[in-house]
Amino acid sequence: MQNRRSFLKAAVISASIAAMGGIASSAYAADTIKVGILHSLSGTMAISETALKETALMTIEEINAKGGVLGKKLEPVVVDPASDWPKFAEKARQLLSQDKVAVTFGCWTSVSRKSVLPVYKELNGLLFYPVQYEGEELEKNVFYTGAAPNQQAIPAVEYLMSKEGGAAKRFVLLGTDYVYPRTTNKILRAFLKSKGVADADIMEEYTPFGHSDYQTIIAKIKKFAGEGKKTAVISTINGDSNVPFYKELGNAGLKAKDVPVVAFSVGEEELRGVDAKPLVGHLAAWNYFMSVKNPDNDKFIKMYRDWAKKAKLPKADTVVTNDPMEATYVGIHMWAQAVEKAKSTDTDKVIAAMGGQTFKAPSGFTLKMDETNHHLHKPVFIGEIKADGQFNVVWKTKGPIRAQPWSPYIPGNESKQKL
Amino acid sequence: MKRLLLILSLALGLGAGAVRADVAPEVLKGLASEDFDAKQGAVAALAEAGDADAARLLKALSDDAVAVAGDKLVIVAGEQVLDAANGKLLKPAPASPDSISLNNSLRQQVDGALAALRLLSADKAERLSAAKALLADMGDGAALLPLFDKALKQEQDGDIKPILVQLQAQASLASPDAALRLQAVQTLGQSSSPAVKALLLPLIEKQGDSYAEPDEKVRLAAQTAIKAIDGRLVWSDMAGQVFTGISLGSILLLAALGLAITYGVMGVINMAHGELLMVGAYSAYAMQALFRSRFPDFVDYYVVAAVPVAFFVAAAVGMLMERTVIRHLYGRPLETLLATWGLSLVLIQAARLLFGAQNVEVANPAWMSGGVQLAENLSLPWNRLVIVAFSGFVLVVVWLLMNKTRLGMFVRAVTQNRPMAGCVGVPTARIDTLAFGIGSGIAGLGGVALSQIANVGPDMGQGYIVDSFMVVVLGGVGQLAGAVWAALGLGVVTKFLEGWAGAVIAKILVLVFIIIFIQKRPQGLFALKGRFVD
Repeated sequence: MQNRRSFLKAAVISASIAAMGGIASSAYAADTIKVGILHSLSGTMAISETALKETALMTIEEINAKGGVLGKKLEPVVVDPASDWPKFAEKARQLLSQDKVAVTFGCWTSVSRKSVLPVYKELNGLLFYPVQYEGEELEKNVFYTGAAPNQQAIPAVEYLMSKEGGAAKRFVLLGTDYVYPRTTNKILRAFLKSKGVADADIMEEYTPFGHSDYQTIIAKIKKFAGEGKKTAVISTINGDSNVPFYKELGNAGLKAKDVPVVAFSVGEEELRGVDAKPLVGHLAAWNYFMSVKNPDNDKFIKMYRDWAKKAKLPKADTVVTNDPMEATYVGIHMWAQAVEKAKSTDTDKVIAAMGGQTFKAPSGFTLKMDETNHHLHKPVFIGEIKADGQFNVVWKTKGPIRAQPWSPYIPGNESKQKL
Repeated sequence: MKRLLLILSLALGLGAGAVRADVAPEVLKGLASEDFDAKQGAVAALAEAGDADAARLLKALSDDAVAVAGDKLVIVAGEQVLDAANGKLLKPAPASPDSISLNNSLRQQVDGALAALRLLSADKAERLSAAKALLADMGDGAALLPLFDKALKQEQDGDIKPILVQLQAQASLASPDAALRLQAVQTLGQSSSPAVKALLLPLIEKQGDSYAEPDEKVRLAAQTAIKAIDGRLVWSDMAGQVFTGISLGSILLLAALGLAITYGVMGVINMAHGELLMVGAYSAYAMQALFRSRFPDFVDYYVVAAVPVAFFVAAAVGMLMERTVIRHLYGRPLETLLATWGLSLVLIQAARLLFGAQNVEVANPAWMSGGVQLAENLSLPWNRLVIVAFSGFVLVVVWLLMNKTRLGMFVRAVTQNRPMAGCVGVPTARIDTLAFGIGSGIAGLGGVALSQIANVGPDMGQGYIVDSFMVVVLGGVGQLAGAVWAALGLGVVTKFLEGWAGAVIAKILVLVFIIIFIQKRPQGLFALKGRFVD
């Protein structure tokens, strides 16, 4: 009995402390601007998304150190949707209606973005989505700081088909089974057809999320590649499945010289968990690589390294930067600029002020937010994996190119390029 | 074509009289340029030159050791920096050389050129490696034909000769002489390599109305050759598929063997079984970390040390679970199910707190990386072979334990008739704890195996719990032999279905199959005969 009573007492005290804490933080909130961070910190996507949360916190601290936005400090609100798509919507609603955040930076997989969209539309929130994706979408409440297909997938395939990229004639489209790989592969199939590649020369394969046994698929790829003509693999595998996939690829002895694999969701961060030596020469297409050399990038990398040390991240001495991190960084800065321009954090005013914003990005180019389509103008880089897990840029565009969220290779999209 | 002829003439010794000169500056400029065509031209020029300077530079290019320092092209060799043009040591070493690197096509070109230069070397091992490299990197290589002819004439070695014959045949495929082509096709028909098949396929392809290959005899020969190669490939293909099935089966077996004891023999529905696998995998991770920091010389053997550690850690966790929770719930399956599910959540959260929510990296030791090449299109990865052998080992140990030891006898006795076993003096409560500990320990061993092929994270166990129950239920509750057959059967069937319908559909089909099977035969593949007291 004694025990139960003391437990009750403890519960009451802790509840009242929590309540006081709540009051204190809402009082504090009056002179800060709340910023939501919605990334999976556990589950299959944690391998990719955790670094984005860290980048967002770092960027917010950088902005706060320079005096914040509109004279107010930014206050990050971090939630963990745990790679669970319905939970993304739940957490988004919590951010918007309970925490009243002015803006959210978040999501990686398209299925998570699709899951939160209705919430942002209903509550008129503002979401910055930092990852390359399949396009076929344009929402008033979302700014896309990652690449549309014509800023990543299409140039990568064009490169593979060029003499320089090995003049591939046959393609394996390999992906995780959800909306992004399916839609991207639909676009790529239409694109390849327009270039005269026959259906028999395209193989499409999907695996479930978290799949870890790639033996059959690698054997299939080997067989497909053995049927003549140069073959290339286009991988839209997402999350931690990439580790067993690349392990198996190395063990099976499939060399980049014979069958190059170009990945759209594998960057420096994902390669940290793998021995990169057997993967040398395999490719990735992005709008930024850590190995790009320019003063802005040096500054960005140093800032993140210092942050990792300060935040005591695991293996802080080997942290890397990657494309979605850069996109997060650019997105937060552009939002801050737009808020300064609009002199308000009101969603509609910020949306109006976002168009035409520019920012000198770590990729070495000045990126511009398009006036009409909510996408950034971005440069495209194609890199080959080096033995140390970094990328060696083997091809790049001359400058930033404008996004086409609605792919022209899918019929009926011609009229949809604007909001 | 012209450049290859030139390499050739040099390789054949015609260029031996060439005056030794530094690498031409325009070649160096080409290498340093951003433009792909310029680089390609420069590599071709180097291959043409073929002298010691060019060979050194090609070698450096293939090692990614060439860099631009200011306006000079240099070779970085450890601390030293050499002038790329003539290999002289540069003093003082120029500051911050910026390395130039090649893309796949250029690397292939460089490797091919290097191999061609080495094909007539005096060293046997060098010739062999050069011949093998050419097989991979030559492309059609028609221009290299005279080089192969000459090399073949000189070659005495039995290992190198067949490769040269194949190279010669491949290079002759483009010959204008139909008889030569026919001979080449017939030679290539002896091969069992998918790459050779790929070379032959264009010969029988139609371009518009006419065939790419004008001579009908050659076409027919190509068709026969392709058929012969296909025939040989089919077998190794099948063997490969069966192996992937066995490999998946061995993993299922390792995951399910512990459950076969705790569920099959003891009747405890342990929903935390997957988390015991996770405990084993994290033990492997912890041992890796320990070896890396304390015994860096023996880091390749951390897996060996992880095996007993994982067994005892998982067994300890299992016995603790049994002592504190499960023993109070014997005979109440529903409560056991809920309680162990709760325990599984506790274990997941504990792993998150201890090791973080992200996956941790567990590397394959060097001796488990790569694979053994059995045929041109069949290579078995070492990590999978080791796991198959390991699961066989665990199976034997478990069988011996259950059938040849006093403890095993007690466990069986308690399973078959608990009150009677108690009457004759078997300490049933202690046997329960020990048996649960053994089952959990074996799950820990499965975790070590999983850490070598799958991701290690707090919720990794969740993915295996369904599979484990599937194996035990399909095999027949209470039977080790049933678990073995069910695991291997499921593994092979899943892999064949995957090959035919893709991973997503295969998973669905297997589940549907099991539902139907269990309805028709609820006792599973093997039913335990005998008298039971439930």
